[in-house]
Amino acid sequence: MAFRLKLVPEKTSIDFFRYQWVTLGFSGAMVVASLIAVLIFGLNFGIDFRGGTTIRTEATQPVDVGAYRAAIAPLDLGDVSISEVFDPTFGPEKNVAQIRVQAQDGAESLGPEALSAIEGALQAVDPSLGFEAVESVGPKVSGELIKTAIIAVASATVAILIYIWLRFEWQFAVGAVAALVHDIMVTVGIFAVLQIKFDLAIIAALLTILGYSINDTVVVFDRLRENLIKYKTTPLRDVMNLAVNETLSRTVMTSGTTLLALIALLVLGGDVIRGFVFAMTWGVIVGTWSSVFVAKNIVLWLGVKRDWSKPAPEGPEDARP
Amino acid sequence: MLQIPLWKRAIILGLVAAGVILAAPNLFYQRVEAHNDAVAAAEKAGFETAEQAADRALWPDFLPSGLVNLGLDLRGGAHLLAEVHVADAYKARMEALWPELRRTLAAERATIGGIRRVPGPEGELHVQIANPEEMATAVAAARKLATPVVTLTGVGQDDLEVTAAGGKLIVRLSEAERTAMDTRTIQQSLEIIRRRVDEVGTREPTIQRQGADRILIEVPGLGSAEELKALIGTTAKLTFQPVVRRNATPSAAPGLGREILPSAETPDLYYELESAPVVTGDELVDARPDFDQNGRPAVSFRFNPTGARKFGDYTAAHIGEPFAIVLDGEVISAPVIQAHIAGGSGIITGNFTVEESTNLAVLLRAGALPAGMTFLEERTIGPELGQDSIEAGRIAAMVGLGAVVVFMIASYGLFGVMAGFALLINVALIFGVLSAIGGTLTLPGIAGIVLTIGMAVDANVLVFERIREELRSARGPARAIEQGYQRAMSAIVDANITTFITAAILFFAGSGPVRGFAVTLAVGILTSVFTAIWVTRLFVVTWFQRRRPKTLSL
Repeated sequence: MAFRLKLVPEKTSIDFFRYQWVTLGFSGAMVVASLIAVLIFGLNFGIDFRGGTTIRTEATQPVDVGAYRAAIAPLDLGDVSISEVFDPTFGPEKNVAQIRVQAQDGAESLGPEALSAIEGALQAVDPSLGFEAVESVGPKVSGELIKTAIIAVASATVAILIYIWLRFEWQFAVGAVAALVHDIMVTVGIFAVLQIKFDLAIIAALLTILGYSINDTVVVFDRLRENLIKYKTTPLRDVMNLAVNETLSRTVMTSGTTLLALIALLVLGGDVIRGFVFAMTWGVIVGTWSSVFVAKNIVLWLGVKRDWSKPAPEGPEDARP
Repeated sequence: MLQIPLWKRAIILGLVAAGVILAAPNLFYQRVEAHNDAVAAAEKAGFETAEQAADRALWPDFLPSGLVNLGLDLRGGAHLLAEVHVADAYKARMEALWPELRRTLAAERATIGGIRRVPGPEGELHVQIANPEEMATAVAAARKLATPVVTLTGVGQDDLEVTAAGGKLIVRLSEAERTAMDTRTIQQSLEIIRRRVDEVGTREPTIQRQGADRILIEVPGLGSAEELKALIGTTAKLTFQPVVRRNATPSAAPGLGREILPSAETPDLYYELESAPVVTGDELVDARPDFDQNGRPAVSFRFNPTGARKFGDYTAAHIGEPFAIVLDGEVISAPVIQAHIAGGSGIITGNFTVEESTNLAVLLRAGALPAGMTFLEERTIGPELGQDSIEAGRIAAMVGLGAVVVFMIASYGLFGVMAGFALLINVALIFGVLSAIGGTLTLPGIAGIVLTIGMAVDANVLVFERIREELRSARGPARAIEQGYQRAMSAIVDANITTFITAAILFFAGSGPVRGFAVTLAVGILTSVFTAIWVTRLFVVTWFQRRRPKTLSL
């Protein structure tokens, strides 16, 4: 037989529930840690959500953050943050900086006078400076964008809950959604810890993580549903272990290929979408973890109605002799 | 057993071929774009320059020429979100109404006594009446000024609301009229902006209404949002000019103080006009869709007092003669003066449908923005940054694709080769579908494609793993393949529908780049399911029927 890359042995019988208090506890701790991180550090909201102006500059001279700051300070624009942007794809002739100016009073984006004043002041420091991208969002729009983003994530979660409920049982839906909430929380948490810019694109990434994670969870659930019919008397816990073991090879393969593609993008895709791709890469890892160690544990707790000839389930399945 | 009927094979291969052909132009993006631009320009102008012909020859006419639109973040350009102050229009409207109201009430002076305008909230007229006991007469007189609100959906309420309180007559716009006016204001702003942006001749600007009172303007290739703002502020030129004669020849020299202008509606029709306008659009305060006395769609308009006097004098002296309404050097209409038009308002009749009269009213007001605008959001992306992003995305996609294919071949051997080939088809199909539906590729959209490349093999993995399992339970290879596909199906369907749900929600909730991502993701899900279920299966089945292997090396 020809060589085959096998990340997972042909037949596994790992007991995924053996350390369920450790794994589930770890997930719970991560969620709590994420909450605390968000409360303590806060999220580094981009202008989409906070309002304000970002200017991306590019120069042949090295970036001198101090000189830029000194040039802009007399304009009295409030909070201004300047950071240099690094990327392996930039050559020595390409020096990029990101300047962020806080939202000015009123509903409007930054006025043309203020903008040309900033551009003039910066070009006095470095005549080679070009302005690659200028984005300005007024506080009025940013407030609405926050609202839309929250609605989008919430409605996606509810829609998935309903779909799983229709296709499986309500216990599965609760388990899947618990895993999704876990994924979102932990991803938002890492953004708080690392202070990566959190903007509209990250919301898109969060929704994609939802899609990916549910995809993984559904594959396990589908196998579980099949096995529940096949092994009518086996305890639920064993049927679940069997389902996860049977799909383990697939779970690892799919996560592997997706991560390969995402890592290529993370390294080579440029700095503009790095935050976005980072969120997705992180989300794929977390999503894979949660479909193996979170979703089905919840279902086990809730129990599943196995015998439809009886009116109602008699407590958790694995409590039976 | 393992068989795919011929007609199914034909459909599968046909769809794949169609997708690949539709995607092909994107490989020659610049050539095809030059070709498309040349064709569009020639069509617009009615003739083709040598340069355009050369550009057109870059791409054969018989091949599909649909391209994936590049979003602003990839092409570079300016994006503006403007809020239109719709309430401005209410105020202007009431101010314009005041002289008319004063005249009407003055006619009733004998009963209601002297009148005096007193300050009131913006958008309302408050008038103090000397004899408050005769208020009913004043209200009745003022109500005669009201006209029914005309909309495309029918005739509803009156446009004015007249009430009395504490010896004061209060006139304000009705709710229906305000709603109708908001729509008119936004429509007019859109129309003016579109004309302005078209004038600079950039490619495919997006100008659309967003929500109740906002306008989104996206212009690819424009240097900066500031430039765009300056452009939108410029006023269009509207004039009313006497017609010397219809059917003028465009090449003939016009007489002294005259000019020859083409008709906007009828091709090859030219008018000779007096150059000095009777009135200009600067003096127009309103134009609305209306109906004439015979119930035919028409446009009513109103001038400010100076415009009204000039227009009145001119129409009184030239009954039965045509005069031209000229916008941006084109005669949009040349009606015949039916009667002396006093009072500064008039009606333009013609062979209009309701829609046309609505449009004409919009055009008539296109001279000036009907209300001020605030810019809420503006983004400018430099073309170089966009080009860098495309480059980075392209390299990342290729490396990702290569890595995934190698990984699949290492894991599944020959089956991995088939899955890898299907993956290439999948990427081609994504571009084909995006080109066909005119989808927009944005930077997150490229990430979506790369993500799809990773996830697209999922369905194949599900099937292959399942086949392996079936093989283990000692079934023959044919049976294992068949069972593998059959049993993996429900997992594939459920998994992809849930992902599709999130893509749909992203589409409705997001805008711009995020929406582009949602479209790419949704298309990617559809094409990857298609390639995994049908294309790979076709490969596997065809291979199996040729070789008839006793065992499967999977």
